[in-house]
Formats: sequence, structure tokens, C-alpha cells
Amino acid sequence: MEILGNLFYGLGIALSPQNLLMALFGVVLGVAIGAMPGLGSVNGVAILLPITFAVPPTSAIIFLAAIYYGAMYGGAISSITLNIPGASTAVATTFDGYPLARKGKAADALVTAAVASFIGGTLSIVLFTFFAPPLAEFALRFGPPEEFAVVLLAYATFAGLGGESPLKTIIATMLGLLMSTVGTDIVSGSPRLIFGGITGFYHGINFLVLAIGIYGVGEIFYTLEEGFKTKERYQAKLGVQEIVSTLKNLTKCTPTIARGSLLGFFVGMLPAAGATPASFMSYSIAKRFAKNPEEFGKGALEGVAAPECANNAASTGSMLPMLTLGIPGSPTTAVMLGALFVWGLVPGPRLFVENAEFVWGLTGSLYIANTMAVIVAIFAVPIFIWMLRMPMTILAPIILVVCAVGGFSPTQDMFDVYLMFIFGAVGYIFRKLDYPLAPMVLALVLGGLTERTFRQSMIMSHGSPGIFFDFAGHPIAAALMMVSAVLFILPLIPMIFRFRVSRSGTSA
Amino acid sequence: MKSLKPSKRAIPFLTLALSLLIVVALGTTQALAAWKPTRPIEFVIMAGKGGGADRIARLMQKIVTQNKWSPQPLVPINKKGGSGAEAMLYLLSKKGNPHVILVTLNSFFTTPALRKLPVNYTKLTPVYRLAMDTFLLWVNTKSGIKNMDDFVKAVKAKKGKWTMGGTGKMQEDQLVTNMLMQAYGLKGMITYVPFRGGGTVAKNLAGGHVDSTVNNPSEGLPHYPGKMKPIAALTPERIPAFKDVPTFKELGQPQLVYFMQRSINAPGGIPKDALAWYTDLFNKLCNSKEWKDYTSSKALNRACLSGAPLGKFFADEDVKHKKLLMGMGLLKN
Repeated sequence: MEILGNLFYGLGIALSPQNLLMALFGVVLGVAIGAMPGLGSVNGVAILLPITFAVPPTSAIIFLAAIYYGAMYGGAISSITLNIPGASTAVATTFDGYPLARKGKAADALVTAAVASFIGGTLSIVLFTFFAPPLAEFALRFGPPEEFAVVLLAYATFAGLGGESPLKTIIATMLGLLMSTVGTDIVSGSPRLIFGGITGFYHGINFLVLAIGIYGVGEIFYTLEEGFKTKERYQAKLGVQEIVSTLKNLTKCTPTIARGSLLGFFVGMLPAAGATPASFMSYSIAKRFAKNPEEFGKGALEGVAAPECANNAASTGSMLPMLTLGIPGSPTTAVMLGALFVWGLVPGPRLFVENAEFVWGLTGSLYIANTMAVIVAIFAVPIFIWMLRMPMTILAPIILVVCAVGGFSPTQDMFDVYLMFIFGAVGYIFRKLDYPLAPMVLALVLGGLTERTFRQSMIMSHGSPGIFFDFAGHPIAAALMMVSAVLFILPLIPMIFRFRVSRSGTSA
Repeated sequence: MKSLKPSKRAIPFLTLALSLLIVVALGTTQALAAWKPTRPIEFVIMAGKGGGADRIARLMQKIVTQNKWSPQPLVPINKKGGSGAEAMLYLLSKKGNPHVILVTLNSFFTTPALRKLPVNYTKLTPVYRLAMDTFLLWVNTKSGIKNMDDFVKAVKAKKGKWTMGGTGKMQEDQLVTNMLMQAYGLKGMITYVPFRGGGTVAKNLAGGHVDSTVNNPSEGLPHYPGKMKPIAALTPERIPAFKDVPTFKELGQPQLVYFMQRSINAPGGIPKDALAWYTDLFNKLCNSKEWKDYTSSKALNRACLSGAPLGKFFADEDVKHKKLLMGMGLLKN
């Protein structure tokens, strides 16, 4: 009951005209930032941080959280319409979102993304409201071995999601992992694989540079080949009728969304992981549970709903350790945490007591910002559909410019823009040769985290891998390792079976 | 009529001469007037977004913006690669450019020495030192360790399996750890586990994943006093926010003093006027109420220093860090 009282108190703060305006402003900017490839919520929040210096901390955090939220919605837009993920969190959305757009169902995909985001976000906020302090205690139990186990679980859920050829999937994954080792080695602190001191490699290969390169630029190359004909695929309409019919279709996504939201919240809450692995895991779990797994990757609505509900749920989840433990659950919350310090607030359990207005004002505003975001996102759909109807001769140069800006903004280094165009060519060749791109991207996203947590665990255990299977000392890690093992083995069984069948078939 | 012709012809010349005069005059007045930034100032941070250096940089940005002290905005840019190598090499490439400044950590000394970079503090222009961050030795409250004697006993009892979490490798935290081991005869008994940021380090101690840390006060505060307990401070005097915590000096180890300097540097060879403008700007900042409030609430030492004394401070710190690295066998003469 005390929590309900606090919640109403918070809603009261969030509904003050100034805060309401800040939330709306933040959501609109967030959707726009999210839709701009490369800008994403991290850069959006960092760039717009100075604007908040003029207002009290509560309004400021409401504004920043609204941007974060809006960007999660916006990220889906360019993923679906252009096959360019607006942020790392929206990569999984391209898998089915773009095929849907090509089939002329961009509007369905966009509405599904918005609604799934809304449900994921709202469920997550409810969990946040009622269980923040005990969940923070739980998050504290995650050290390097547990974090490594979570990452491994992400790979495990994703195994078997590649293309037709397991060998090509493995090659793509390895390439991604290899790229993740470029840059500074966390354990020794020395630069690695910088090819004799190319300064552009010091900060490593940014994930967005690869993603925008192989998806965005690669897509342009691909389209060049097909020729610049205006295609019928973009003749989508969007009226009240279409929205209603999409919503009706969405009911079959309910289990997917429920699973994805819960998963997203918990993965987001863990200090290391964040929204990107959450969205990948949600996608692959949705495929495993689906009645129609063969439609995934070819334009299944569940394939859009799953990552979108998860990334929104995770974004709320990642605010939990930020406020209660002072550690960020995602890069964006790292910047927000910095802002907290700038405002003179100390995160931790005491923040909930000493700065109740701040914490509950933020919680209240999450409900409001989430509702605003779904409305803004749906209203924005016709604009993007209109954009898609532009002839490719106009659209292609615009996309290339947007890609270049996206490649430049994370590190503000021209080197990364050149690298991005190289990745564009790589993406084109890979697609021609039928190599799956997603495992490479996932490996680059998770590679650094995998290596870091593994090596930290090994240092902690003085070189013994037993730390991952120690049910007494690290029960969470051990349990997660078991689940991963099962998930790795499961897809192998039919594969081995098939292999045997085909061999006996040829010998016969 | 004839007399008019040359004068007509003279008009363009006259105009040209006049305009030249104006340009020259304007140029000199501009040179005489104090330098002011004419483009946005790149505020390079030698660490990633959300880390300690990043927070300080964004706080400075806030104070400067709110007080309208600069006609051009400060734009923070994170160059975190190679433990600061990327940022320092970037400043080297911007020689003579007064629109770039760098906010530093102590990797400002260790990285150039360890990586043999073509740049170190002497290739840059020292501008201002704003603060010295302090270090404390922390343990988990559940460990029951109350003082340094308990700590040494506990480490020895673990027979080489004691872990110390810290940020990065061969950076501040590991240097402090090594100083501790030398002072208390614990060589080889503490395993150093590197993490990505101070907040993560503190969380891993609070969650019981490592046995001790040497976090800055601001990093430990979220878990204090519930989960983390400070044992001793690496400062010459007790830290006001932790009055009950003794210093190592009091405990008979006066050499265990270590600070993290937070200072501003510009590329080498910038105009004198530009240096004067920045010195004035950061002098105002260091003496502002906002900066005083922040440093006292985060238990940092506000330490305003510029000019020649700052140059000497850098030289001393550089020698000190090289000695520390040599003591660890990481650097040869």
C-alpha cells in the first residue's frame, strides 16, 4: 500500500505541466533520435544532457528517460523501413521487420513494434514500481562468473538461428568475435590488433559501424544491383482500419510478448547485459516456441514483436541498478548516471528515501512517457510510409548520408566512416554468398563482454574453470551454465540425426 | 577634365587601400584584445562515457554553460581507446589548436610510459588542476574486518586467494594495490581483478565477488555504510566525509599516499592569450560555489593550481609514477 501511495505521489509530480511537457518533448526527440541510424539513445542522451542544466533534477531525469524510451520506439522504425538498425537494440527487429516491409506490410510491422514496445515497457515499469529494492539485491549477486553465464545463454538461445549452413554460421560468428578483440585489451591494458598503430583501431570496432555498414550500406549496394525501380512493395496504406486489423492480429503474439517482456526486464536489470542481448534472446526464444518457425526471418509479426517488447522492457530494467546500486545496466544509463552525479545526487538505497520526489517522479513519468511514446510512434508511421514511397534515386543518397552520420557520431572519427563503407562491401559479398549476418553482429556486440567476464572469472578462480560449475559458491552461474548446455545440445540432436540419414541415404 | 581622369582611376585604388587599412587595423585590434574561442571547444575525455573522468567533464560543462562563461559551447568527446593513448595521440595531432582541451586521469602519466607513446605531458600545455581524487581501502561489511590488522590477517589466512578489484590494468587502482602489498609484506598474496569502471568495482565488492577494493569515495558511497566498509585512507589527512577512518600515515605507513589528479591540458604550442583565457575560465570554475559543493559532497580534494607550479606538479607526478611502475617491474630504466 505504501508503494501505491508513493506511485500516486510520483504520478502527481509527473503530471505537473512542466514535467508533462518535458516528457512529451523528450519522447518526440527520442523517437526521432532512435529513427536516425547511429544516433541512438546513448548519443541522444549525451548530446541533449546540457539542455537539462536549466531545470530541476526531477524534470531533467524525466526528460532523459523519455528520450531513452522514445529512442527504443524510434529504433524500430529505420530497422523496419530501411533495414538499418537505428540502434544496437533494434538489430533483431530488422530480421523480420524488413522482410515485412518488402512484402508491403511496413505499416503492420511498425504498429506491431509500437504496441509490443508499449506492452513490454508497461509490464516492466510495473515490476520496477513494486519490486525495485529486492530486485536490486538480486542484481548484486551477479559477478563475473554469473555475467559470463548469461552471455553464454545468449549465444545458446541464438545457436541454430543462423542460416541453412551451420558452417557458415560458425564462420560468421568467429569473424564477429575476432573483430571484438580489436582495440584495448581490458586485462593487460595494451592495444591489440591495431595494425601497427592505426589510431582509429584504438577504440575498437564500434558495433554500430559494423551494423550500419553491413545492413544499411550493404542494402544500398544490393538495391543498386536490382536497379532503381520504384517497387510496388511500398504501396502500404495506414488508416484506422489497418491499425485495428493489425491489433487483432497481434493477439496471436500475446505469449511471445509476455515472455519477451519478462526476459527483457531481467536481462536489462543485470548490470552487464542491457537491452541488446535481451532483444536477441527474446527473438530466438520466440522462434523456438513458435508454431511457424520457418516464417521467422521471412516476415513473421512475432519476429518484430519479440525483440521490441524485450528492448523496451530492458531499458526500464536497466534503470533499476542505476538508481539502486549506482551501476549502469546499459551504455545509456551510464550517461544518465553521470547526470545524476552532475545534479549532486548519490544513487543507492538511500536515494529512495532522501530523494523520494526524484525517484517516484521518474517512476510516475515512465508510465506517462510510455503511453505518449506509443501514440507518437503510431502517428509517425504514415510519415515513414510516405518516405518509403519516394523513388530510390532520391532515397538512396539520403540513406547513404544518414549512414555516414551514423557511422561518425558514436566515436566522432572519420576513420569509422571509411570502415563502415568497407563493411558495406563485406555485407554485400556475404549476402551474395549466403552467409548469415546476424551471428556476426551478435558476436561483435557480446564479444567484449564474453572475453572480459570470462577472464575476470578465471583470475578470480586462479585459473580453475570450476568456478562456472560450482553449485555451492556460484549457484546462479552453475544453473545458467546447465541451461545453456541443454540449449546448445538440443539443436544438435536433429542435426546429427539428419546427417546420419543423409549419409545412409547416399550410401544406399 | 583631364585632371579628373586620374582621380577616377584612383578611386578603386583608394578603396582597396582603405579596406586594406581597415583589415590591418581590425587584425591588430583583434590581436591586442584577449583571445576568445571562435569555434565550439572539443572537450576530450580520456575515458568512456559514464566513468569518473566523464562525470567530471560533464559537470564542468554544466557549470560553464550555466554561468555563460564561454561564448562557445564545450563539447565533450570520449576517446577511451588504449587506456588514454587514443586521446593523447589525438591532442598531439592537434598541435597549436586552441579549440581542443583534455581532461585527464593518472593514466596521463602511466600510459605514455608503458606504451612508449610519442606523446607525454611535456608535449602538451598544462592549463589547470581542479581536484585530487582520494582513495580508500574498502572491504565488504560481512567480512567482519574492522581495521588494518584484521585486514592483513584475513589476507594471509586466504593463502594467496585474496582478491582485489580495480579499474583497468596498470592504472591507479593496481598501483595502489601494489603499494599496499609492499608496505604490509603481502607480496603475491593478493590477486588483482581488473574491471571496466569504478562503479562496477564497487558493485562487485558489495555483492561479495571480490574481497577488497581501493575505490574513490564517490564510487563507494552508494553502498556505504550498508555493504561496504572503509578501512583506511590513502590521504595525508583524514577525509572530512569519513572522519572515523584513519589514514595510513596514522597507522605508521606515511608512504601510502596516493591521489588521482583531475586536470585540464591543451595541445602544445597554443597561443599565450588562449592559455590565459582557459586559465581564467578554470580559475573561475575551481572557485565557484558549484565546484566547492561537488568536491565536498564527493569527498574530493579541491586543488586549484595553474602556471609554473602546475608544470612542476606534473613533472613530480611523472617521476613518481615511473618509480611505481619500475617497482612493479613493468618498466625498465
